[in-house]
Amino acid sequence: MSYIPHTEAERQEMLAAIGIQSMEAMFDAVPAALRFPTLDLPEPQSQLEVTEIMTALAESNESAADFALFRGAGAYHHFIPPIVNHLIQRGEFLTAYTPYQPEMTQGTLQATYEYQSMMCALTGMDAANASHYDGATSLAEAVTMTRALARGRRNKVILSPNIHPQYRAVVRTYHQGGSVRIDGDDGAVERNDHQGLLALLDEDTAMLAVAYPNFFGEIEPIAAYAEAAHSVGALFVVVANPTALALLKSPGELGADIVVGDGQPLGVPLSFGGPYLGYFATKQKYVRRIAGRIIGETEDADGRLAYVMTLRPREQDIRREKATSNICTNQGLMSLAACVYLAALGKHGLRQVATLCYQKAHYAARKLQELPSYQVNQSSPFFHEFVLICPRPVREINEALIEHGIIGGYDLGKDFPEMADHMLVCCTEMNRKEEIDEFVERLAEVGA
Amino acid sequence: MKALEPTLYDKSVPDRKGITLPELDVPLSEMDAALLRDDLALPELGELQVVRHFTRLSQLNHAIDLDLYPLGSCTMKYNPRLNEDVARLPGLAALHPLTDDEGSQGALALMFQLQDWLAELSGMTAVSLQPAAGAQGELAGILMIRAYHQQRGDTQRDIVLVPNSAHGTNPATVTMAGYRAVELPSDENGDVDLNALRAACNDQVAGMMITVPSTLGLFEAHVLEVVEAVHNCGGLMYMDGANMNALMGVVKPAELGFDVMHYNLHKTMSTPHGGGGPGSGPVAVNEKLAPFLPGPIVVVDEGADEDEEAPRYSLQMPEHSIGRLKAFHGNFGMHIRAFAYMSIYGASGLHEVSKHAVLNANYIRANLADTYLIPYPRMCAHECVISGQIRGAEEVHALDISKRLMDYGFHPPTNYFPLIVPEALMIEPTESEDKATLDRFIDAMKEIAREAREEPDLLLTAPHRMPVKRLDEVKAAKELVLCCKPALPPSAAAGN
Repeated sequence: MSYIPHTEAERQEMLAAIGIQSMEAMFDAVPAALRFPTLDLPEPQSQLEVTEIMTALAESNESAADFALFRGAGAYHHFIPPIVNHLIQRGEFLTAYTPYQPEMTQGTLQATYEYQSMMCALTGMDAANASHYDGATSLAEAVTMTRALARGRRNKVILSPNIHPQYRAVVRTYHQGGSVRIDGDDGAVERNDHQGLLALLDEDTAMLAVAYPNFFGEIEPIAAYAEAAHSVGALFVVVANPTALALLKSPGELGADIVVGDGQPLGVPLSFGGPYLGYFATKQKYVRRIAGRIIGETEDADGRLAYVMTLRPREQDIRREKATSNICTNQGLMSLAACVYLAALGKHGLRQVATLCYQKAHYAARKLQELPSYQVNQSSPFFHEFVLICPRPVREINEALIEHGIIGGYDLGKDFPEMADHMLVCCTEMNRKEEIDEFVERLAEVGA
Repeated sequence: MKALEPTLYDKSVPDRKGITLPELDVPLSEMDAALLRDDLALPELGELQVVRHFTRLSQLNHAIDLDLYPLGSCTMKYNPRLNEDVARLPGLAALHPLTDDEGSQGALALMFQLQDWLAELSGMTAVSLQPAAGAQGELAGILMIRAYHQQRGDTQRDIVLVPNSAHGTNPATVTMAGYRAVELPSDENGDVDLNALRAACNDQVAGMMITVPSTLGLFEAHVLEVVEAVHNCGGLMYMDGANMNALMGVVKPAELGFDVMHYNLHKTMSTPHGGGGPGSGPVAVNEKLAPFLPGPIVVVDEGADEDEEAPRYSLQMPEHSIGRLKAFHGNFGMHIRAFAYMSIYGASGLHEVSKHAVLNANYIRANLADTYLIPYPRMCAHECVISGQIRGAEEVHALDISKRLMDYGFHPPTNYFPLIVPEALMIEPTESEDKATLDRFIDAMKEIAREAREEPDLLLTAPHRMPVKRLDEVKAAKELVLCCKPALPPSAAAGN
């Protein structure tokens, strides 16, 4: 009973105040035959024992704490300045909830407003929400939003086959009960057939979504997509890696109407896939159709500047069955982490991170290209990930690399059976030159 | 306008550098200038300025760590720091989500164990940890019900019944899943109106969503009859597990007849609310729905060598899965924390959690009964709903009582929910609070009732001791200033 403070004397006083004899008497309304079942769960453990059990579990994993990591594919290993963890663990942030009562939650509200602002700066948009669950659900919500903006008159959604396969899967899960038609991916067009993708655009298209950089690391001609989508009256959605946006032209500048993605690279640990945060930015003229929380500026009764959740009447707790999304929480603490991260690195630091990522990945690609049995896909410019075509199945290569303390790139054969010898390699500022050199050396050995 | 704390952009100074990274240690590659942006409108601050900024902001918040946070339906219990530490163990925090199964056995074992425990606690057969929050758990549940009917060719079903006391996510979920929500009235005891339910049950009904105990904080008196009525017309029963903090070791939802439910690990299992998330909303199902679970889920590898010390775990998509709800494997960091919490308590402790949560709520109810109207005066579960209508102070509303409570150092209860109670105040103290804290809260509520009659202005203009007074929410919605000006793209900034 580690976290329950009651003493026996207090329990008795409280029962007397309620007017009953026993704790059990509070549950008389529960069907008697089913009341107080046996629970087959372990015995209680002390904090020391739980720490030991969990340390053993943690240490049995092959993590970036002990291995050189060359894997990204939607989750990226970056340096997290210590102040991120220190500040988000302040109890006033950690143990508060949704700022329903703004007079008592100005801290969370202002930090979220600042997070929104910095996401606008990165994406080139002028409105952002307080976050969704992750990049994949942000994309699913973009589908809902563009269809709502088309007032049900456009039923087709085109997803580039170069968007993360798990993101595309989530869009399908979310929209399996509706009338939306998803086109473009899952074999509809070849993955390098940009013209084929654009040929799908028609008057029934609500949106076209592409990734920037795409799942394979490539930087595609975004502005051309934007123009084509707009020419049929469709909205243009870009799924972007926020680190890349420190260097690359902003999606807003290239014509995006909505920019979504995963904010994990901004100060959130890998943590086996979550919790991350899905950022969602758009043009202010569409803001009334965004799902999720939005913080706005206002003033109090004394004219003091303050912040508040705004546009509440869109939300499920007020519109109920008329709401287009049921989202209730955001990823509050993760958006705070991203906010602190961006503030701590600032303009200069984030650019430095992005430059290091770009340079190290290009160095690795150049060295790998020199290996006779490997081939780097160089059909498009890339940011910090690229496809390496290997002489053997990636699964076998990675099994060999792990013996040398290296977690190799992602095995694309897991999602695309025809790509069993294609490895998606990622480098970040965490990969020092010696590490990259050893990676190349070991690959040469394995591929010989 | 005067600000409590200037924004990051207000404090930014051109060319000030924050944290820097190592110098480039590889030969330089060319970058195509045509791909690059000209400017990046992020603030420029030093590390200490950043620390002070967020520390000052934090001090403008109320939090569980400061005092009682009796926000009904949100289960604002103590967030143990043990959980924070174990979630940050390097082997967990630095584990890539696409690590091969062989390299993530520790993480998979933890998830498998948690799935198993949550199944046992609910009496269900199988669990998926995929949903990132309760609302996603709800969506998973209704999509599974839909997939179940479709697979049986039972395709005419298109409505889901939802009581009028339900949380707003329930009807919104039903719509999202492509069904129509039909609202059911409550009877004079706050329970589902059985006659109305029976009249609504037909072969159009795909299922029903109810919260147990109800959003009024009551154990539904005839829950078995409700379940039976819906099952008899071929519908499935969804239990919203938002109030699971009242049920651990008290009753298993599967034994009540529910087919599917979700947990809120950020409520029942103490993972921190973090100013609005992250949550985690695992779904638990019986045998009927197990093949439809969102995936992947963790399974024990069949055919593993029986002589091996530990089973081998792998990730697997259930046979007829409704699909993925998010990338990767759910909010794993929350799974770690819930695992630590359940390990600390074990079976006996979790039962004590629920008993003490219910004890604390009833203690508040009993002590406020003379001062406030209690619309359903019977034993409550882990939260109690009172009415904010005070005799002799008709101009005072629930909102005013809430704002005044802040001056006493407490976070207000949930206001105006459930919708069927006029001026509702929903109070959920949780098991974490000791008697002295509850007594201070009770005294404050009584004092506020007195003030409402004698000095109503004190309430109508409250709060008085917070960093800001009441806010102009209309102005916020009308002017829509959603972003610091320097962060706006040049085109938008010019328009402002």
